[in-house]
Amino acid sequence: MPTVTMRVNGAQTSADVPENTLLVDYIREHLRLTGTHVGCDTSQCGACVVHIDGKSAKSCTRLATQCEGSEVLTIEGLAAPNGTLHPLQAAFKEAHGLQCGFCTPGMIMSTLDLLQTNPKPTDPEIRSWLKGNICRCTGYQNIVKAVELAADEMSGS
Amino acid sequence: MKPVPFEYERPHSLKAACQLLADDEDAVIIAGGQTLIPMLAMRLARPSRLVDISRIDGLSGIEEQTDNITVGCMTRHAEVERSPVIASHVPLLSAAMPWVGHAPIRVRGTIGGSIANADPSAEVPLVLVTLDGTITLSNATGSRTIPARSFFSGPMMTEIQPGECLTAADFPVWQHSRTGIGFREIAKRHGDFAMVAASAQVSVDATGKCIACAIGIGGVTDTPLALPELASSLVGTAFTDQSVHDAAKAATDNLSAMSDPQTSPEYRKRAATKLIADALMAARNDALETSEGVTT
Repeated sequence: MPTVTMRVNGAQTSADVPENTLLVDYIREHLRLTGTHVGCDTSQCGACVVHIDGKSAKSCTRLATQCEGSEVLTIEGLAAPNGTLHPLQAAFKEAHGLQCGFCTPGMIMSTLDLLQTNPKPTDPEIRSWLKGNICRCTGYQNIVKAVELAADEMSGS
Repeated sequence: MKPVPFEYERPHSLKAACQLLADDEDAVIIAGGQTLIPMLAMRLARPSRLVDISRIDGLSGIEEQTDNITVGCMTRHAEVERSPVIASHVPLLSAAMPWVGHAPIRVRGTIGGSIANADPSAEVPLVLVTLDGTITLSNATGSRTIPARSFFSGPMMTEIQPGECLTAADFPVWQHSRTGIGFREIAKRHGDFAMVAASAQVSVDATGKCIACAIGIGGVTDTPLALPELASSLVGTAFTDQSVHDAAKAATDNLSAMSDPQTSPEYRKRAATKLIADALMAARNDALETSEGVTT
């Protein structure tokens, strides 16, 4: 059983895991960081999006062993240590960008990547980017509003 | 819905990777894993061993040659999508990239993986076949280069032999100054498998007449399919909506189209006719826009 070592939310982690362990299972089962959700397990829904080395990726479609030596960021790593929400988290709350909340970690981690490369995305750019994230409460309207609100907040306009 | 147990190797040389593949016929390569891992999770794939080629030096990158652009097998979709070299020399590939999965999939997915996976509906193989590109395969002792048009032998089936790794693809660069592209696709949802896709590249002369043409379709037959007879029949003509539609219809009439519960062969052929015509007209209009002083 190989030993896997990676930094997750800034902390060094290591575990002996079977070769067929998916990254999302390493995060949820071994590290007990259950904010990252599993919706479809097959790359369709986007609930499991995390950042690997600074870019968004579907953690159900990645083996833990492939991430040896990587830097992983999950939804738990966004808020400040004192509990202050990240501007995207605050915006999703403010704009009611969630109903049941199952898709929310993926929505936030995915759009965080968008805002890192495109700080002021247009409505169509946000919708296009979120094609890999499914919300079954049909809450897209407010999700897009939340991303726009966060973009304003983060760019200081 | 979790993978069956398998061995995992992460070799640091191509030779070692090819040797691992040669020694175990149930071993498979993992590059970006964006198709393989869902296949593993659904237990549709049950390999004995994964050979991870992602940390082998020299397999990633975009290189300009005289008449083509070489793309290394580990080059990620996202890198190709935003590459200025690809945008200026192989714009058809740039146009196809947003249709490949979703943004986080393109961050991890690779050009070599898309080609080796040989999904009949995949966009990268379609572009490579349309432009009549080539594919380089390596084993522990050497390498060979074959035309993409003879690489795909069936759905998810290729000419890759045991012990071989697809290491690069070469996309031809057209030198004509007035060249345009068109890419069209229909899928149930963006990012889903294409039901039908068409890609076209057209060059025109100063009078607007077609001097070079390439057209291909994906998702219709069991491999991506170039239509060289259709392309050559349009060279020397001035495209009209009617002439292009008629030529597209003639090219698709006798195709043996795939069937699935949602999409009949007849529907696929009708859609292919329309998308071929649309892609060709878009490519021709794009070419005209780059030629100053030409009126349509």
